[in-house]
Amino acid sequence: MEMRTPLAHARGLGPAKSGCTSHWWAQRLTSMALLPLMLWFVVSVLSLVGADHGDYVLWVSDPGNTLLLVLTVVTIFYHSEQGLHVVVEDYVHSEVGKITALIAVKAFAYLGGIASLLAIFRVAFGS
Amino acid sequence: MVEFNLPADSKVGTGKTHKAPDGATRIKTFKVYRFDPDSGNNPRLDSFEIDLDKCGPMVLDALIKIKNELDSTLTFRRSCREGVCGSCAFNIDGTNTLACTKAISEIKGDVKIYPLPHMPVIKDLVPDLTVPYAQYTSIKPWLSTDSAAPDNERLQSPQERARLDGLWECILCFCCQTSCPSYWWNGDRYLGPAVLLQSYRWIADSRDEATGERLDDLDDPFKLYRCHTIMNCTSTCPKGLNPGKAIAEIKKAQVKRL
Repeated sequence: MEMRTPLAHARGLGPAKSGCTSHWWAQRLTSMALLPLMLWFVVSVLSLVGADHGDYVLWVSDPGNTLLLVLTVVTIFYHSEQGLHVVVEDYVHSEVGKITALIAVKAFAYLGGIASLLAIFRVAFGS
Repeated sequence: MVEFNLPADSKVGTGKTHKAPDGATRIKTFKVYRFDPDSGNNPRLDSFEIDLDKCGPMVLDALIKIKNELDSTLTFRRSCREGVCGSCAFNIDGTNTLACTKAISEIKGDVKIYPLPHMPVIKDLVPDLTVPYAQYTSIKPWLSTDSAAPDNERLQSPQERARLDGLWECILCFCCQTSCPSYWWNGDRYLGPAVLLQSYRWIADSRDEATGERLDDLDDPFKLYRCHTIMNCTSTCPKGLNPGKAIAEIKKAQVKRL
């Protein structure tokens, strides 16, 4: 039973005051960065339709393409981690569930992101 | 977790039907949400057939007619009947608005009237607004200054005054607040569109000297950043205000500080 005043309840633990604005701003920046990056990626993949494995390896190992692929992957995983973080905060209200889900989201982003980068480097520089 | 269904004791049943008097020609049916906490029963939807030839033009006129002539137990808030007090805010025909400024003729078919969504209901159309009122108090909705008080008024230029237009007109009816899905899911921590518009009203005021503290108090993932620009607030505001834009202005001010 809660016997605090409504004002005490509304104030709660006070504002977090750390990182909230940069988180919001980074979400906007990464979404803007993804517009040209995704356009480039889709156009490139379409132009490679029907190509064989060797063509793909050549395409990935072109320095410009390697750079853009790395940028795309980093931005995608960073942006999706931020987006999913907000979705979890919106909808998961139990403290345990929330922390578990946020750790899972972070793990997914780091694992997926690093795995993708390793794959790009392996193809680009040979193994 | 988010609740997508009403709890079992909140499911709305069918209530009584009050037939129109004999000889009525222009009949409109009003379906009104009823809940009596003392009865222990679930809420119900009562139907009232109203002769529009014997009723004023607004939805509030019909509610007052129902209370006066058909069922005096119907409970709702109302006061000014001209859209300045913010008391008679209900969910009418699927949209939050003021019953006193909503014309019956605007509504096709039956007129469905529910309390403001996702608030605890005290009785019938009266929601418990304790939480939003406390949230409003928490943003310190008054002028805050450190400079010594001048002998006369605190001056501001006509241009500075103009920045408050679209903000000062808010009547705190909470139509926007209770239309916001983010407020439904996280209303205990998210301040909501009405309170954030009020907060911006003081951030935008050139006479106020506490802008930094006000922005500090909003720098929080829940108090401010639960707004995902869904814009229900702006489309439902019966005063034609734009809480979504006010929230965006707060976010812009936050980014300027980075």
